[in-house]
Amino acid sequence: MEKAKKRQFGIIATIVLAAVIVLGLMWATATATKNEEHKDTLERVERLGRIVWGVKADTRLFGLMDTKTGISQGFDIDIARALTVQISKQTGVPMSAEFVPVSSSSKMQLLKNTNIDGSVSTMTITPEREKIIDFTDQYFDAGQSILVRKNSGIKNIRDMNSSKYTIIVVVGTTAATELAKFAPKAKMLAVQDYATGMQALKSGQGQAMSTDNAILYGFATENPEYHIAGNAFTHGPYGIAFDNNQGPMIKQTNRALKTIKENGIYNQLIKKWFSDVPGLDWHSLEVK
Amino acid sequence: MALLQNNFPTFLQGFGYTLLSSIIALIGSMILGTGFAIMQIVPQKWIQKIGNIYVQVFRNIPLLIITFFFFLVVSKYIKMSGFTSGTVALMLYTSAFIAETVRAGILAVNTGQMEGARANGLSFAQAMRYIVLPQAFRISLPSLGNQFINLVKNSSILAFVGGLDLMYQGNMIAANTFDTFSTYIIVAIFYLILTLPLSYYIQHLERKLKRAA
Repeated sequence: MEKAKKRQFGIIATIVLAAVIVLGLMWATATATKNEEHKDTLERVERLGRIVWGVKADTRLFGLMDTKTGISQGFDIDIARALTVQISKQTGVPMSAEFVPVSSSSKMQLLKNTNIDGSVSTMTITPEREKIIDFTDQYFDAGQSILVRKNSGIKNIRDMNSSKYTIIVVVGTTAATELAKFAPKAKMLAVQDYATGMQALKSGQGQAMSTDNAILYGFATENPEYHIAGNAFTHGPYGIAFDNNQGPMIKQTNRALKTIKENGIYNQLIKKWFSDVPGLDWHSLEVK
Repeated sequence: MALLQNNFPTFLQGFGYTLLSSIIALIGSMILGTGFAIMQIVPQKWIQKIGNIYVQVFRNIPLLIITFFFFLVVSKYIKMSGFTSGTVALMLYTSAFIAETVRAGILAVNTGQMEGARANGLSFAQAMRYIVLPQAFRISLPSLGNQFINLVKNSSILAFVGGLDLMYQGNMIAANTFDTFSTYIIVAIFYLILTLPLSYYIQHLERKLKRAA
């Protein structure tokens, strides 16, 4: 009797657990498909009166978390704020800007899941990404470079095309795919974020860190014994990203971007963030 | 499915590194763990103290911090790759838990066993090796099994230091294909391929030992 009871309990428990797992998976797929066919972003932000922007938290000059306030600060954040104000004016709906920290590898999924409405996070416009999400016009001009120790003797990316070199990149950035073209023989070490990448570079896990020059300038400012070697070897301007097929939102944002470029706000922000960077001709970043 | 087909070599490579790291860490942590378990019960107080400090330190620090410590700090002085630093960290971390498990097993063995063995002329080491430890392992087998399964899963820590393991390759594939959902489901299935047989084997071993006893 005792044994039979135990067995009965076991069978019931198994069925219940299996049911929970199956139902859970069904719910997850249902939510996933619902997110796929996702409503209009512009409509959503107007209804909720806020735009949730995904921004970087580990990138000096663009989006760096202030550990005292817990709020990210940088060029991206200021651009997002200015755009929110401008879009509010255009649509006549007052909207506030909210910020959510994203990482290079998470931002796409967060956009798809509508955890964030848009992303201003040093995101290079690429054809592969454009298949999955929408980009606005470029809001910043960047290209890929390498950061090396000043006495390393490495002058540009071509010097690194050898299996004795390891180049550090961040998962989910375009740097990884580009390196395969420019230094196919070099080894690659992918880490989770730029801060870890910089630490890894310092402790000798690699001889160079590669990503957009704009981001590397921030690290060169912080670490005087490192500098950027050679010119940018790719051209990859940044765009503001929204989920796929968000025509109305893209249109509004492009209009807002054009306005802040014309009324001088954009140039003010360039000056605010990039005028102190050593070795950078910040006037070249301004819109004329 | 197309995702699995296109990236099969990458997944397989990751699987291989996860397996390799798990095996090294498992053997290493078993040896270290048993060693520190014994250190904690020898009569000499100062040896006990050392064993205790080791266990408390590695048991109470997050694995990620130990890993980063080896990856970023130790590697300044001793060259080691992400794979090595991750595996060493995993080994030390797990060994602290195994030490506690084995120690509990040893304490659960009737003290008469040790006394009897000593009375029959065995040294402390001999009594430990032939009489007490075999019984202790049998007692602690279920919780050791838990530790082994945790170890395999914890090996995903390698992903944070470029250790080329399953999780690392999964991150890379997810970043390249933008198909996060399917990629991580495939990664989870690969982990199950490792952990499910392991847990069945432990269960099987338990039953076998029970019958033998």
